[in-house]
Amino acid sequence: MDDNHQVVLIIEDELPIRRFLRATLASQGFEIAEATSGQAGLMQAIEQPPDLVLLDLGLPDIDGLEVARRLREWSKVPIIVLSARNQEQDKIAALDAGADDYLTKPFGVGELMARIRVARRHAEQAGQPDAPIFTTGELRVDRARRQVFVAGAEVHLTPIEYQILVTLVHHAGKVVTQRQLLREVWGAAYEQEAQYLRTYMTHLRHKLEADPAHPRYLLTEVGVGYRLRVD
Amino acid sequence: MEYRPNPDKLLARVQAEEAQQARGKLKVFFGATAGVGKTYAMIEAALEKRAEGVDVVVGYVETHHRVETEALLGTPTLRGMLPVLPRRQVEYRGTILEEFDLDTALARRPILILVDELAHTNAPGSRHPKRWQDVEELLDAGINVYTTVNVQHIESLNDLVAQITGVLVRETVPDRLIEQADEVELIDLPPDDLLQRLKEGKVYVPHQAERAAHNFFRKGNLIALRELALRRTAERVDAQMRGYMRDHAIPRTWPAAERILVCVGPGPLGDRLVRAARRMAAGLHAEWIVVTVETPKSARLSEADRDRIVQTLRLAEQLGAETHTLSGQNVSEAVLDYAHTRNVSKIVVGKPARPRWREILFGSTVDDLVRRSGEIDIFVITGDQDTAQLPVRPLSIEQTSDWSQYARGLLAVVVCTALAWLMFPYFALANLIMVYLLGVVIVATRCGRGPSILAAILSVAAFDFFFVRPYLTFAVSDAEYLVTFAVMLAVGLVISTLTVQLRQQADFARLREQRISALYAMSREFASRRGIKKVLRAAVQNINQTFDSQVVILLPNATGRIQPWGEVAGWWGGGVNERMVFAPDTHDQGVARWVYDHGQPAGMGTDTLAGARALYLPLIASRGTIGVLGVQPAQPRRFLAPEQLHLLETFANQAALALERVVLTEEAQRAQVQAETERMRSTLLSSVSHDLRTPLAVITGATSSLVEGATTLEPATRVELAQTAYDEAERLNRLVGNLLDMTKLESGAVQVRKEWQPLEEVVGAALTRLDDRLHDHPVTASLPPDGPLVPLDSVLIEQVLINLLENAIKYTPPGSPIELSATGAHDVVTVTLADRGPGIPPGDEQRIFDKFYRARAGDGSGGVGLGLTICRGIVEAHGGRIWVENRPGGGAALRFTLPLEGTPPPVAPETEAPADQAATTTSSQH
Repeated sequence: MDDNHQVVLIIEDELPIRRFLRATLASQGFEIAEATSGQAGLMQAIEQPPDLVLLDLGLPDIDGLEVARRLREWSKVPIIVLSARNQEQDKIAALDAGADDYLTKPFGVGELMARIRVARRHAEQAGQPDAPIFTTGELRVDRARRQVFVAGAEVHLTPIEYQILVTLVHHAGKVVTQRQLLREVWGAAYEQEAQYLRTYMTHLRHKLEADPAHPRYLLTEVGVGYRLRVD
Repeated sequence: MEYRPNPDKLLARVQAEEAQQARGKLKVFFGATAGVGKTYAMIEAALEKRAEGVDVVVGYVETHHRVETEALLGTPTLRGMLPVLPRRQVEYRGTILEEFDLDTALARRPILILVDELAHTNAPGSRHPKRWQDVEELLDAGINVYTTVNVQHIESLNDLVAQITGVLVRETVPDRLIEQADEVELIDLPPDDLLQRLKEGKVYVPHQAERAAHNFFRKGNLIALRELALRRTAERVDAQMRGYMRDHAIPRTWPAAERILVCVGPGPLGDRLVRAARRMAAGLHAEWIVVTVETPKSARLSEADRDRIVQTLRLAEQLGAETHTLSGQNVSEAVLDYAHTRNVSKIVVGKPARPRWREILFGSTVDDLVRRSGEIDIFVITGDQDTAQLPVRPLSIEQTSDWSQYARGLLAVVVCTALAWLMFPYFALANLIMVYLLGVVIVATRCGRGPSILAAILSVAAFDFFFVRPYLTFAVSDAEYLVTFAVMLAVGLVISTLTVQLRQQADFARLREQRISALYAMSREFASRRGIKKVLRAAVQNINQTFDSQVVILLPNATGRIQPWGEVAGWWGGGVNERMVFAPDTHDQGVARWVYDHGQPAGMGTDTLAGARALYLPLIASRGTIGVLGVQPAQPRRFLAPEQLHLLETFANQAALALERVVLTEEAQRAQVQAETERMRSTLLSSVSHDLRTPLAVITGATSSLVEGATTLEPATRVELAQTAYDEAERLNRLVGNLLDMTKLESGAVQVRKEWQPLEEVVGAALTRLDDRLHDHPVTASLPPDGPLVPLDSVLIEQVLINLLENAIKYTPPGSPIELSATGAHDVVTVTLADRGPGIPPGDEQRIFDKFYRARAGDGSGGVGLGLTICRGIVEAHGGRIWVENRPGGGAALRFTLPLEGTPPPVAPETEAPADQAATTTSSQH
């Protein structure tokens, strides 16, 4: 891929943060567009459709959630939300409104770039079928044969466990909310039954992780959902 | 309730004076009869005040359509000058009555208000039965009052006036009201002028009472009433004079203190005795005490007689007497004993209107008193013909024993007869009589008076029938036996009476003892109880038991509005159940509020708001009213005897003092906590400013050198500076995070959202978050293998784990291991984080959870000493606890528990779904 043609739209009212993002992203070869309010951000997105949006939740005019929702009405551009700590409900709301992922302030450049990479990869692969084989660390998922291997040894999963894993693989590297997982694995009627997900997630970890209390692949985003770590 | 020592009295006077300052001033326009021009004078005085610019309103003025009065109020030029409050319309039995509107007056809060006719009786359903009580409330509210009253309405002069005029006035005003008035202005008019005015129709006379009025307004009466009024005023002036001399320490010889004791019984003389004594006491400036004596005989008094005694004692209290109920076998003995203990100088008794033969036969209390009184003067007051004859008491024998007792009496006689029959051939008749007498004694002790009398009579009959010739008839051959019968009957009756009296006396003693011991028990419980709930429980329990009543205690809430404690569900238990308490309805709560605001009893059995379901007493402690005690008796009539009320007041006082003690203790503790908080706050300021500035200083320094030395710095130095700035920024971030968390916890903004979660998941999340900082510390986590669910708020518990881990990282050398483990008992999960660091200094095990505590002050390890405090806050919000232990072999183990309450939501086991279904779902995601 050619980074020179990638445009990142930063919708953020704090100048220091914009400045730091601008410096960092420019050094990575991105083209930068900036907006200091929600309205301006939406206008900017129409004038020059970006390849990725970094969206602050606390904007002076309209709520960041609303911006995400309006953008989603016509665009599939990846949106990464920037939020403060202890805003789990806001994070879930943003993800529900169409955001792809979130970053908790303050964040380091490493984290930012990892999120951007994952988002771009998913955006580029949108519309194409997933590759049948997925690998991260010693975990290998063969979706064609419905087989799962850890360090070369096959692990037997129940249909639901497999379903959860495949859903996470599909969103690999991105956070998946509890509701989203419940909906995709059990169906919309189970959206509130978080204990199902927690129970099966525990089973899954015990089967796939060397130390389930210190997982390598199946990470918990406390209060929000789960994330499958990618290398 | 015994004699009050002097300090109390002094205190009472000081309090009275303090109350006086806040109270409104009362001015009474006092006259001998209607028509002397009191109302006129009052309005004139009010107009003068008005002219001086005082805010005067007319609360209630009865003009009786008197031309002059109306002219004064109604002159066009004056009309606007005295605003008149609207009257309250009360519908009573189909007619509309107009009453003074107390609430409007209180709301209006004028400086001065005119309320005519102090002795007026309010329409039923008003707050107070009497207008003078309205006036008292106005005064209490700090409003000055002008009012009018006639001499015949003064309580203690009431029957004197009746004697003079032959007209009994029912509307009376307590003497103290006039005595405590700040000004009394006598409105005097010579009788001839008054009669002239009467002729001219200037005096209001109700139509239907014209004849009575004619009798009333006789010149003789008017002169007598005028004399009464003048004398009364003179007495007042005299008292003022003496008060002035006392206040200004003008020396003068004082008469020895007199104390008058009045003895009242159920007779009709009671009220008269009390009034006479009141006048006597006022004349002598003496204290006076009214007593009634409960003897075994008084247990047989009818309800009506009891009521009369209660009424008399209440009247006495209203007139300012101290009242007591004594108990004893003999009236004169009990009275004299009591009189000696109280240094009484004069005893007032009524002369009973009893036939002389009874006095000779049974003795007379009055004679007895006179004989044994020693230095005490005895005043005997005779009832006049009228009153003495008034209540003809119907002879009523109250049946106190039921029929089964009588049957037992009968049985006893049968048994005695059988026994006597067996003895008959061998013993003299006198011995058989003894058997019968023994039977009577037994019946008297077991079955009471009636059955024992029956047994005595039947014994005589049976003795005659079976053992006196001719046998088996009631006929008597030898007249000598009649004497035997008479003596036998007399002895039987005397024995039964004495035995029953003895028993009643024992009952009385027991009752008294019960009351005393109940009080003692409550005081003891109060002394040992800590905490407001326990004190309230003890009060409710004891009052309920002693007074056979349901109880409610109302205390002010945060907004100062009182509300019943019982409504706070679940506070009872510990011996209190719902039968002991009652919930006052809205009306009664209003009554309770009035009691709280005014510090006076109200409700059932009092003069104020008597329609209430219960009696409400203020809980008065040293700093004022702190609550209200409501008592709903199972037997209201018995309950309201003054003695019971006194006892109840004693209970209430005890309870109030105990409550106050508890409240004060709690306040002291709060004050201590407050002081501690203040200290904390200043520590916070110094600590926070230091801890925030240090990393900021480093960041500023590092980044400024990077900016300025952009071209000159070595690449390695630049990286080092940047790394330093980054590390410090991280530290600053943690610090600010902790501060924010602490603030949220303290402000109560943190809501614990518990959900059943695998502990493992939260542990995993915390470890992942700290991955970067844990690389120097090997962490082992040993959790239950089955991954049990625990109800917790994952976000908060993650924070606890992160804080504990950071703490371990901070205080242990690199490379030392950290062990995280969890064990589950049946109702609690214990999480332990153990390290091999220096451990906790002994004695600091609790302090490490305090705010701003740091193991080593100023160690530069970062953090303001809030991490563990936050942990404690979160764990406690979960219902768990957190503590620290030093491990054997070195290091600290921090443990916290999470309670397992309820059952986790069910998770249906997975049914083996067909593989193709799973495949379909998978492909549909693409």
